[in-house]
Amino acid sequence: MPATTETILGVFAHVDTTVRALEDLKAKGYHDLTVYTPVPVHEIEEVLERDRPVSRVRLFTLIGGLTGMASGFLLTIWSSLQWGLTTGGKPVASIPPFVVIAFELTILFGGIATVLGMALLGRLPRLTPSPSFDPRFTNDRFGVAIHVAPGRGGSVREILRAAGADEVRP
Amino acid sequence: MSPTNDARGASPTFADVNRDVVRTLEPPGNLYFAWMCVVALILAAGILAWTGQIWWGMGMAGKRTPQMWAMYITSFVFWIGIGHAGTLISAILYLFRARWRTPIYRAAEAMTIFAVLTAGLFPLIHAGRMWFAYFLLPYPNQRYLWPNFRSPLVWDVFAISTYLSISTVFFIVGLVPDIAALRDASIGWRRRIYAMLALGWEGADSQWRHYRRAYGLLAALATPLVLSVHSVVSWDFAMALVPGWHSTLFAPFFVDGAIFSGFAMVLILLLPMRHFFGLHAYIEDRHLDAMGKLILVTGLILTYFYICEIFTSIYSGDDIEKASLFWKVTKSYAWALWLMYFCNCVAPLILFWKKARTSPTILYVVSILVLIGMWFERFNIIVPSLGHDFYPYTWGIYYPSPTDTMVVIGSFAWFFILFLGFIKVMPSLSIVEVKETLPPPLRDPRHAGHH
Repeated sequence: MPATTETILGVFAHVDTTVRALEDLKAKGYHDLTVYTPVPVHEIEEVLERDRPVSRVRLFTLIGGLTGMASGFLLTIWSSLQWGLTTGGKPVASIPPFVVIAFELTILFGGIATVLGMALLGRLPRLTPSPSFDPRFTNDRFGVAIHVAPGRGGSVREILRAAGADEVRP
Repeated sequence: MSPTNDARGASPTFADVNRDVVRTLEPPGNLYFAWMCVVALILAAGILAWTGQIWWGMGMAGKRTPQMWAMYITSFVFWIGIGHAGTLISAILYLFRARWRTPIYRAAEAMTIFAVLTAGLFPLIHAGRMWFAYFLLPYPNQRYLWPNFRSPLVWDVFAISTYLSISTVFFIVGLVPDIAALRDASIGWRRRIYAMLALGWEGADSQWRHYRRAYGLLAALATPLVLSVHSVVSWDFAMALVPGWHSTLFAPFFVDGAIFSGFAMVLILLLPMRHFFGLHAYIEDRHLDAMGKLILVTGLILTYFYICEIFTSIYSGDDIEKASLFWKVTKSYAWALWLMYFCNCVAPLILFWKKARTSPTILYVVSILVLIGMWFERFNIIVPSLGHDFYPYTWGIYYPSPTDTMVVIGSFAWFFILFLGFIKVMPSLSIVEVKETLPPPLRDPRHAGHH
């Protein structure tokens, strides 16, 4: 595949300079960004999440949890009805004790669905590192990668340097 | 001691955190191997005792009527309880944004998993023929009869397996960004292994946004779970009619005791870790202070539950219940009961003093006493209650045998060997979460702290 975009990477040592760069890039209309941070930083998230919908992980949790609850009740009620053995004068399908099983399966399925959702939405596992990744980004550096049409890198580099990037490449 | 804790006590930088955590994974010294050998020997003795029990039969475990539940179930409940502090720290304190949790939560979470792995062995050891352990799974037998879902023992299987699965998932999710940091800090074969385990984590915003959301949701799921697990365990007893067991008090009583003993175990593991790894810059006195306070509070609540237990027994007007209580307090097992009252109600009171809460020695001694007290609490619930129920012809005294004693001691070795192994291959201090509590690096510090 021929390269249809060019990626410019700015490496920053500070949160405030990173935020400044992001604000400037957004103001200039560059929205195709990847930001690498060693930790989730509130200030950076605020800039990035401004025009994004909330992560869809919660939908996975909801569906997983409801599936778990339904399967808990289905398993217990259906299996009790297979052998209609009355004990203690109680109904064969006695709901209160089955709530315990349904509760546990709600949590189990909900939790597993959450992790699956996180992996799917975050594109994990990744087999090859992305080209703009730098090992310092898990230590103490912040990275801003901008994907632009070829030949438009000049102004991006300028913005990054003006904001205070330690290093701009390529 | 610690290279980052300079004279001014300045807080570590992001790079310091990486360096200090990578330092904990350096090849260990002789002391570590000496400990490993001691623990491994005890574990081997435990496995040998278990093998003997399998070979010669359950009589080796000293089991006879009326105490068919004895040390194994005591230890099962004890170990499940130990796990609770880890989930409390990683889930409940996360939701409450208690920032002091960050340097201790990774070790506590690992402790949870290892404690549940230890606890999970006991029902298998206790049931005897553990090659039929798959009977516990919910599936119908050859007559299409399913497990009795009205039985607390079946609830227990679901509760414990869910607890183990969710704690493991939660633990792994927390580890992924940290392993990525290790990957980028190491070379050679270690790097290849960490790279595989890090799942290609890069800390991109597209990963963090889903990660953060998922982590919060997992914490929200784990919070009711941790409260439910020991409640379900307590119903193993409370649903039965045995005097001393049949009480609605049991669920909160067990959960509180679990957190109490769990924090004691966290301190037992954390204080040496802090000392030998030189993590004083991260695990500060205020963290010990906070844990001391939690032990004190849960200890006082436990004292209240003990008083309630005695009061409801006397006030019930039930002669059998009262006789059982009188027997426990004054006769064969009275020593165990009074030891428990001393360890759980009196010993933690020293933590009212701030000096005691920040002194590693005092905290260590109190933690050991609390663990002894909490083991005996479960013993006092299980063994004396079974020894004195409704009819005098079913009364009896239980004597421990060398086999079950050795298996119980071996379980501690199993737990410690897992933990000792863990701290040398995985970050026992959360790199990401510790960094999050540090002031973020700013070029222009005048704008700091506006959020």
